[in-house]
Amino acid sequence: MSKLVYMDNAATTPVSPEATAVIAKALTEHFGNPSSIYSLGRDSKRILEDCRQRAAAVLGAEPQEIYFTSGGSESDNWALKGVLPFLSKRGKNHIITTAYEHHAILHTCKALEKQGYSVTYLPVSEDGLVSVDAVANAITEKTAIVSIMYANNEIGTVNPIAQIGALCREKGVLFHTDAVQAVGHLPIHVKEQSIDLLSLSAHKFNGPKGTGLLYCRKGIVLANLIEGGAQERSRRAGTESLPTIMGMVTALENAVADLPEETARLTGMRDRLIAELSKIPHCRLNGSAEHRLPGNVNFSFEGIEGEALLLMLDMNGICASSGSACTSGSLDPSHVLLSIGLPHEVAHGSLRLSLGRYNTDEDVDHLVKVLPQVVERLRMMSPVWEEKTKTGNFYFQD
Amino acid sequence: MLYSEKVMDHFANPRNVGELEDANAIGEVGNVKCGDIMKMYLKIEGGVITDVRFKTFGCGAAIATSSMATELIKGKTIDEALTLTNQAVVEALDGLPPVKVHCSVLAEQAVKSAIADYYTRQGIDPTPIVGEIGGCDSCSCH
Repeated sequence: MSKLVYMDNAATTPVSPEATAVIAKALTEHFGNPSSIYSLGRDSKRILEDCRQRAAAVLGAEPQEIYFTSGGSESDNWALKGVLPFLSKRGKNHIITTAYEHHAILHTCKALEKQGYSVTYLPVSEDGLVSVDAVANAITEKTAIVSIMYANNEIGTVNPIAQIGALCREKGVLFHTDAVQAVGHLPIHVKEQSIDLLSLSAHKFNGPKGTGLLYCRKGIVLANLIEGGAQERSRRAGTESLPTIMGMVTALENAVADLPEETARLTGMRDRLIAELSKIPHCRLNGSAEHRLPGNVNFSFEGIEGEALLLMLDMNGICASSGSACTSGSLDPSHVLLSIGLPHEVAHGSLRLSLGRYNTDEDVDHLVKVLPQVVERLRMMSPVWEEKTKTGNFYFQD
Repeated sequence: MLYSEKVMDHFANPRNVGELEDANAIGEVGNVKCGDIMKMYLKIEGGVITDVRFKTFGCGAAIATSSMATELIKGKTIDEALTLTNQAVVEALDGLPPVKVHCSVLAEQAVKSAIADYYTRQGIDPTPIVGEIGGCDSCSCH
């Protein structure tokens, strides 16, 4: 085994050389606290506000609508917990979300239910998409906010965000989108898409971990999640992580600078993977092929279990992930795969490959060579496969 | 998830994997919903397990515990095989992560299930000899 083939970019990405250089320099040169009065601190404050302006420009927002956070989970928590206190006093205590959100949203909703809020978890289609009509039908006069992910982290499906945004705007309810998987990979413009709140995380687009932001449209009343000092216009306490914020903005600008070219490159590799893996008997691509992130491939293979598959890929130098129960540490397989109607047994045998900026055609070659052998090997030792081949009782008929 | 070298060895190079054409005892435990199924094939001659194979649908630990269990019972008498505990399988593998201990329980149950099948085929009620074999519900992960 010579080279490591990293195909888990939806989990996290390596920091780009450009962002790394910016962060390294800032760690020693711009260590001043942006809240300090002397010139070192004032320089930091000036750079911080420059970063805010640049991030806003990429998203189509205004600088005062950008709040730096510790990442996607904090932004998701803050978006929901932040807007509800004001709205619930006006009788709006209903949240609409989907069954296949990230746990940062789902678990926040569960916690809010315990506090007395009501939550509608919209089902998604077999293709893994949210229907605009379903959102429209779920909105009541008590609805405070709709929170729907831009793109799903496991199956890579991309939702009709602009239509949902327009609907929410028309109905007078807030619209939040967890865009953690989308930012840097799809063109986003919060004003044109009528997005009121948006969460993003730097480490999903070759920025550093522990840094993200929440976009919150001006005029929306947002309660604090983290109390303390007066940073972020007294909305989010804690000394700003200036070096990683600088790294995030650098990575974000790089990601959108060549977005059309990179999208075409990733889509080409993705579609080659899909075509090649489809040749393996009794398997299926999960999620819409059409409305899909450029770098996401998610397959279910009948008769095998995902963790064993990942371990064997790892022995061949390939890093990937799965929705099997064994990889989640719980008894149930991924809630996302169950939400699109896969039975438990098939969901256990899923594989997610997520491509990124540093993947090459050679990586795809290696994967395409190794994976069919690994699937075959595991099937040969599987009693489930034995049973299926004897009875012909397959879930995915070829 | 950190597996011992022994677990990884038994996962990467499973012993006694496959089917046994002339098996006279076959047991299957687990269920697909939970993500683990083990099938154990035994050839029993004169009260001795002369050959054994397994097939497993499951995670790395499920495959490794099956493999280790076959090693521990091969060449043993039925009575000796019935004394195999999940703890012995775990120890032989130099330990398992806590969330994976249920895989070793399945391995123990798979052996017992196959021996029960051996007696059932001869018209002998296996329960007094083998005891109750817990199903998936009795497994520690529930």
